[in-house]
Amino acid sequence: MNDMRIMERKVDTKEVKIAAKDVQVYYGDNHAIKDVSVEIEDKTVTAFIGPSGCGKSTFLRCINRMNDTIDICRVTGDIMIDGEDIYNPKVDPVQLRAKVGMVFQKPNPFPKSIYDNVAYGPKIHGLAKNKADLDNIVENSLRRGAIWDEVKDRLHAPGTGLSGGQQQRLCIARAIATEPEVLLMDEPCSALDPIATAQVEELIDDLRKSYSVVIVTHSMQQAARVSQKTAFFHLGHLVEYGETTTIFTNPVDPRTESYITGRIG
Amino acid sequence: MPFTWLVLILITIATVGFITGRNRALRSAGGDSRDLHSLPVYYGSNVAMWAIVPAAIVLIIWMLAQPFFVNSRVLGTLPDTMVSEGSSIGLVMSDVRRVADGLDTAVEQAAMTREEAASISTETSDVRELLGEVGVALGSNVSPEVLQGAQLYRALNATSSTIMTVVVLLIALGGAAYSYSRSNAQFRARNTVERGILALLIAAASVAILTTIGILFALLFNTIEFFKLYPAADFFFGTNWAPSFSGRGGASDLGVLPLLWGTFYISFIALLVAVPIGLFSAIYLSEYAGPKVRGIAKPLIEILAGIPTIVYGLFALLTVGPLLASMIGKDTLGWMQGGTAVMTAGLVMGIMLIPFVSSLSDDIINAVPQAMRDGSYGLGATKSETIRQVILPAALPGIVGAILLAASRAIGETMIVVLGAGAAARLSLNPFEAMTTITAKIVSQLTGDADFASPEALVAFALGMTLFVLTLGLNVFALYIVRKYREQYD
Ligand SMILES: Nc1ncnc2c1ncn2[C@@H]1O[C@H](COP(=O)(O)OP(=O)(O)O)[C@@H](O)[C@H]1O
Ligand SMILES: [Mg+2]
Repeated sequence: MNDMRIMERKVDTKEVKIAAKDVQVYYGDNHAIKDVSVEIEDKTVTAFIGPSGCGKSTFLRCINRMNDTIDICRVTGDIMIDGEDIYNPKVDPVQLRAKVGMVFQKPNPFPKSIYDNVAYGPKIHGLAKNKADLDNIVENSLRRGAIWDEVKDRLHAPGTGLSGGQQQRLCIARAIATEPEVLLMDEPCSALDPIATAQVEELIDDLRKSYSVVIVTHSMQQAARVSQKTAFFHLGHLVEYGETTTIFTNPVDPRTESYITGRIG
Repeated sequence: MPFTWLVLILITIATVGFITGRNRALRSAGGDSRDLHSLPVYYGSNVAMWAIVPAAIVLIIWMLAQPFFVNSRVLGTLPDTMVSEGSSIGLVMSDVRRVADGLDTAVEQAAMTREEAASISTETSDVRELLGEVGVALGSNVSPEVLQGAQLYRALNATSSTIMTVVVLLIALGGAAYSYSRSNAQFRARNTVERGILALLIAAASVAILTTIGILFALLFNTIEFFKLYPAADFFFGTNWAPSFSGRGGASDLGVLPLLWGTFYISFIALLVAVPIGLFSAIYLSEYAGPKVRGIAKPLIEILAGIPTIVYGLFALLTVGPLLASMIGKDTLGWMQGGTAVMTAGLVMGIMLIPFVSSLSDDIINAVPQAMRDGSYGLGATKSETIRQVILPAALPGIVGAILLAASRAIGETMIVVLGAGAAARLSLNPFEAMTTITAKIVSQLTGDADFASPEALVAFALGMTLFVLTLGLNVFALYIVRKYREQYD
């Protein structure tokens, strides 16, 4: 019990990375996110859980403005990253997405070589001064993505030829290569087998040292394993947000409890 | 009995069979359709099928065979001397048929009775004048042999038609009766009808395939015929195309190279126009345009594909040609002599191919998974970066396939070339000169009055074969590439 409190205090000292206030999202007439306010901390893994269709992905996609690519989607409210409003007209969403990386549910490597997959972001944003520099970035990203040892001998083989778990780690490495500050992951393990899932979870835990990681998951065990903070969404509302341990052991809201114990979902 | 009547009677038998067969089955189940093996309609259909199908098959075969049979019988009665004095046996037979038709017309118009038509002879009356009165003009006096042949021809046809009618009706009735007798509650009419439908579908597919094979063989045999008269090496490697049309004015030069060159040159210019425009418009429509713009623009572009090529040809001849000539022709730069040129045909053909390239590319670009776009946008790429670096590379094989299909259309195009590029077979690099293509020359070789057995006419088949092999190769290659690409995202 004492250990727990010490950990909690440690978490409390972290600074807020993303602050959302009164966020509403509409898909045409469908009000998908209602009054969501949340503060997500730096160097923390935050898990979004909740039943299917409750708006976890939608909210996640607000954080890097991926929803801008959907014509019918409308977002209101404020989302600040490091105190800067990302929906301010002065902010270029394209630039923002380099800073807020995203990993998708289904591994989606480009039909290019492994090297080119990772080099894609740095090349677009001009992060490398020369070829050697780029080689460096690629190697570091692949190392951080915990896949370097598996692919170092075949960097020029197509990325689509890797296994599902390797592809997902390649996608994570690809996202890391643009030096983001926040990493958004939308059910990154749902298409993977248990071994690959374990590898990716280990990687996520490692990434926490340098990034603020937000992960959507439908597996409560996964949320419990990898996250420090958990947010429970239900029908577009953020029902409860707090320490992962608290949410799983001592939820305040009856809806959270029902979901955790498997009565709604 | 007229043919229409026969068909009507067949349909009547089938209809009656349908109703009675259905009722009989129902009755056998005591009026309760739930006790039947199949729905009542299947019993009716089964009887109708048995009434129509065997009868129709016999009818068709009979009608195909009858002319052969009658012709050979009539030919057998014609004395050999007749054939040797005329130019060919075919001409004599067509005389016979003309006279026979004339007699038919005369009987129809009541200018003579059936008996008169059968017994009339050249000694007692002037057949040519008689037929002339009813509007059938003959080129010469009718010889007794031809008249007799014609009378035999009519008699045989009449007998054969009568027998055919009887046989067909008997088969129809027999089929109906047989299946009617089997219409009871236990009979699996549904399965029989299913097999009938399968047979129908197979027959349809076979017609398509057999026709293709037939056309191929016709092409092949005539090509072989041509190579017997004209050396293949001269055809494939000859650089001069100069057919002598009278067939007497010395030997023709029938080298295919100038035509191949013209074909490729014009197609190349057409693709140079169609590929960028088609591809860019596909990218705009699939990646940038909103649903409203796409809803209007896509059908508009596809209307281009519905314009008949002769209209494009007119456009080339009357608009583009003169426009080009006035821009860079004699009065200004002097590059072009007249309106018809490779450039004219190429530009217009390019316009024709735009919808082809754009709608295929649009489909292919849309088939690139949304996950690819998300991945790229998620890394902070702009739209055009995403298109250039992710979508187009992913879609490239499919787009190449689309371009190859467009190329094979360009190679086979005729009317635009005839009207837009002129008729001169020429090996030249200058795109402002008139040239011609394989297709255009096939038309001009066959529309003259050349003898169909001369190399000048038969060369059309060799040209057709060359074209066929070319486009077939392109199509197979294109389909191979497209298919390979499809597998990537399954
Ligand atoms: N692209 C879209 N267009 C329209 N409606 C959408 C779209 N994406 C999601 N929605 C709707 O928004 C709601 C939330 O979806 P989503 O965020 O995907 O839920 P979750 O990720 O929690 O399963 C759902 O009702 C869904 O139908
Ligand atoms: Mg989701």
